[in-house]
Amino acid sequence: MTIAVRVEDKLFQNRYLVDAGRPHITVAVHEKPSANLMALTTICPAKCYELNEKGQVDVTPDGCMECGTCRVLCEASGEITWNYPRGGYGVLYKFG
Amino acid sequence: MIEEKFDAIVVGAGMAGNAAAYTMASRGLKVLQLERGEYPGSKNVQGAIMYASMLEKIIPDFREDAPLERHLVEQRFWMMDDKSHTGMHYRSEDFNEDKPNRYTIVRAQFDKWFSRKCRDMGVTLLTETTVTELIQNDQGKVLGVKTDRKGGAVFADVVVLAEGINGLLGPRSGLRTSPKPETVALAVKEMHFLPAETIESRFNVKGDEGVVIEMVGTFSKGMTGLGFLYTNKESISVGLGCLVSDFAETRESPYAMLEGFKNHPSIAPLLEGSECKEYAAHLIPEGGYKEIPQLFGDGWVVVGDAAHFNNAIHREGSNLAMTSGRLAGEAIHRIKAARDPMTKEHLKLYKQLLDDSFLMKDLKKYKDMPGLLHTNSSNFFLSYPQLVSQAAQNFLRVDGTSKLEKEKRTSRAFIEKRSRIGLISDAVRLAFAWR
Repeated sequence: MTIAVRVEDKLFQNRYLVDAGRPHITVAVHEKPSANLMALTTICPAKCYELNEKGQVDVTPDGCMECGTCRVLCEASGEITWNYPRGGYGVLYKFG
Repeated sequence: MIEEKFDAIVVGAGMAGNAAAYTMASRGLKVLQLERGEYPGSKNVQGAIMYASMLEKIIPDFREDAPLERHLVEQRFWMMDDKSHTGMHYRSEDFNEDKPNRYTIVRAQFDKWFSRKCRDMGVTLLTETTVTELIQNDQGKVLGVKTDRKGGAVFADVVVLAEGINGLLGPRSGLRTSPKPETVALAVKEMHFLPAETIESRFNVKGDEGVVIEMVGTFSKGMTGLGFLYTNKESISVGLGCLVSDFAETRESPYAMLEGFKNHPSIAPLLEGSECKEYAAHLIPEGGYKEIPQLFGDGWVVVGDAAHFNNAIHREGSNLAMTSGRLAGEAIHRIKAARDPMTKEHLKLYKQLLDDSFLMKDLKKYKDMPGLLHTNSSNFFLSYPQLVSQAAQNFLRVDGTSKLEKEKRTSRAFIEKRSRIGLISDAVRLAFAWR
């Protein structure tokens, strides 16, 4: 059984305070994404990573839940930089 | 931002941070606690089950006003294939006691309560404050922290790092390494709301009684993973988690897996008609004893998830967080009371207290389990659940096949899938890792 899922419908439930213009994650310039960077396009639980038309990976961390999966996979190699959002910004769990 | 110097700064207001802050403040220490969320709990995620005896050691009368959901009277373990589950249930009236042992909680609410208790004890809490850096001298001694507030340096005799599994300060200051993909699980979870009466009738409970279901099976697609479903007062927490290294290899989407899990014929009826109000994701430490980092140094200690304290086999995390926070607080108080400096030599008392507690003993007992389960994931999480389901169905379905032939069929299926040697080796390795 295949179930179509739009992560947007899930993230829509959550509260965020987005720090506009100050993304807390950035992807380093690259020609071709590594296996781990490529994996983020499907395994990021908020689907923040997407493949652009040039075959490179972009990040839009507005829906980020700050889990750290991408940091664990791609920070050490320098493919991404990862910092916490400024105090008070980012995801705000009502229940957690 | 704050001119005065503190006895201790606690970074983070989760279970470990609150336990440490409360323990120190209640013994008269001047404590500053920094939390990057809007309120304590706003960045925290847990299943969540809270174990009473570890909280009792900190706040003995917590039951009077803590926001508890349901006390657990029934535990179910399910082994699932795509259409079935084979279960082991344990339910006992003994769990309906004056002071129940386990409760479900909702972390954002619980953490707000715990934090209020800390402030009542005199802890100074600053929220919406991200600690950006540890201030260290040339010898590496931690002197204080820098924050993202204006003029945000603040100093203390000791810094308690309760920054969680995804904490940045420790790794970036060289105090420990960042978690590795094979030692952390990514868990996703949803909060589904239903009227209390519906939950009570669906789970055959009354009043504040609650049920826990924990599952392994084909829903994790051969990855090392666990599913869970916990009853709260008027909601159900449902989710699953798998190792990050397995996710990277399979490239499975966690939210699609969660959707499939929720639609499993054994789970869907339990959630029917519910309203989902939140979707959360978090990392869980899974490396066990072997991944515990250096726990103390000149001017610092690390507690909770940041110290990789989680018993993955018994699914205990927050009680280890509370216990490590409490023991760190007790050690710091004792050093302070003796008027000794917060050096590595003195702070090793924290590690000694941990070694004498159930926390280190339990983690040591299971030190080989992560290695076993993480390298044999397709057997333990895919093949065995399928085989067990087939065996159960073969046993139960009456179709004119002789019982002897049925038994042969079942054992043949196991041998074909795993071979005799494989079965024996799995059993022996499991037994050794368990002892």
